[in-house]
Amino acid sequence: MAYSDKVIDHYSNPRNVGTLDKNKKSVGTGLVGAPECGDVMRLQIEVDEATNTITDAKFKTFGCGSAIASSSLATEWLKGKTVDEALAIDNMEIVEELALPPVKIHCSVLAEDAIKSAINDYRVKNGMPELEMAKSHH
Amino acid sequence: MLKLPIYLDNNATTPLDPRVLEAMMPYLTEVFGNAASRNHPFGWAAEEAVDYARDQIASLINCDPKEIIFTSGATESDNLAIKGIYEMYAQKGNHIITTTTEHKAVLDTCKHIEKIGGKVTYLPVNSEGLIDLAELEAAMTPQTILVSIMYGNNETGTIQHIREITAITHKHGALFMTDGTQAVGKIPVDVQADGIDLMAFTAHKMYGPKGVGAMYVRRKNPRVKVTAQMDGGGHERGMRSGTLNVPGIVGLGKACELAKQEMAADAARLGAMRDRLEKELLTLEESYVNGSVERRLPHVANISFKYVEGEGLMMGVKDLAVSSGSACTSASLEPSYVLKALGLSDDLAHSSLRFGLSRFTTDEQIDYAINHVKEAVTKLREMSPLWEMFQEGIDLDKIEWAEH
Repeated sequence: MAYSDKVIDHYSNPRNVGTLDKNKKSVGTGLVGAPECGDVMRLQIEVDEATNTITDAKFKTFGCGSAIASSSLATEWLKGKTVDEALAIDNMEIVEELALPPVKIHCSVLAEDAIKSAINDYRVKNGMPELEMAKSHH
Repeated sequence: MLKLPIYLDNNATTPLDPRVLEAMMPYLTEVFGNAASRNHPFGWAAEEAVDYARDQIASLINCDPKEIIFTSGATESDNLAIKGIYEMYAQKGNHIITTTTEHKAVLDTCKHIEKIGGKVTYLPVNSEGLIDLAELEAAMTPQTILVSIMYGNNETGTIQHIREITAITHKHGALFMTDGTQAVGKIPVDVQADGIDLMAFTAHKMYGPKGVGAMYVRRKNPRVKVTAQMDGGGHERGMRSGTLNVPGIVGLGKACELAKQEMAADAARLGAMRDRLEKELLTLEESYVNGSVERRLPHVANISFKYVEGEGLMMGVKDLAVSSGSACTSASLEPSYVLKALGLSDDLAHSSLRFGLSRFTTDEQIDYAINHVKEAVTKLREMSPLWEMFQEGIDLDKIEWAEH
């Protein structure tokens, strides 16, 4: 399979690999996928409560190059965005940015799910109602 | 300077030995005759070359040259042997016994036999890839005409207990066929001592050219016959019609001659190299050898690296040409059926790498491969949430994963 230059770049030099303290109130964690499906993504955000802005984002992904690249890109995009802006990220933007082929679109869907799941975790921790998962491709 | 990528996929195919090419060259140019042309020197020269190759091949596997039938490769030989026996011995019975870890050339041929009314038993294997001899014996029936079990496995290198298997087969009056594709030319295969009645093998797995293979068919004790699967000029004692591929056959012959001379030394050298590669890679935590460690082809290693994903791993070892048990390298979604038959979970089957060394593999290449794989696995694990959970002592099987 031919990977795009951007996928190869994110795979070779992944941005923001790491772990935030999941017990902190300001941190939201999203863990999506399943080992037997071949992809597990964990995406974490740290939110500044006063401004509702994402100050840090980290990921760890078990998966193919496209899955790693999708989550790496997601963390890049998340930093500096407000939580509302982050919620608006659509998986197709990831597909376009990384030039993912059709068989790898599920990697971008997983990244979008991971973002939403992390935001939900943050919301629940801070006494806000859980969001309805708007999209369910799978 | 090391040339990249490094070819370590020699179970898929081997490079042509320059000495084999040299032997073939005249038959690709001036000596072009049809070996079946009995009435002029062009034909005689071709026939002589074919006869010489038959001798070289017979000498490697300890048979009579007349017992060698030339084909286009091991897939054709597997088809011809199984379908040919099924048709020829239809009076005696319609039951065939094989294993779940055979090559597709055998498995799909057996499925075809089932479609046309035959019965096939697929013996399971244990975690080392070996069949249970008692299960084989229990599966034998008066209708069993053929037992077809590969000599050495293409994915794991596991070598079956061939002599014990042929003894059981013959005790019950059936014939024994083996797919010897990975074994012939790599380890001693003696059809007399082993009690093999039919065997498929090919040139391109032992430094010969692609597109030529052979089927060994026993002529004495008992005399074995197969029904031809292709109609035509009645070449190869009526079992396989078609003008002989003279340069290919010369190449197969030369490859067998070289194998006979160099097999022992190659096996010792490659075995030591393989062991070094394996020992180094097993220093990575949670890495496992697939298949039997004791009964194994000397040039093969198949290792799974837990908590890394197969396709990501393949991308990480881009400087190596290796095979993976991951479905992502093939058209189907299922991971390797051979590894699954050994009892591996999907994730371990996905994250396996198969290394196949050759006569041309160097110590320098192995050194590079060791570091390259270690780096890739380590890097991917640092990125893997599963690895982090494992290190924290979390049981991954107890997590409720969000299905997707």
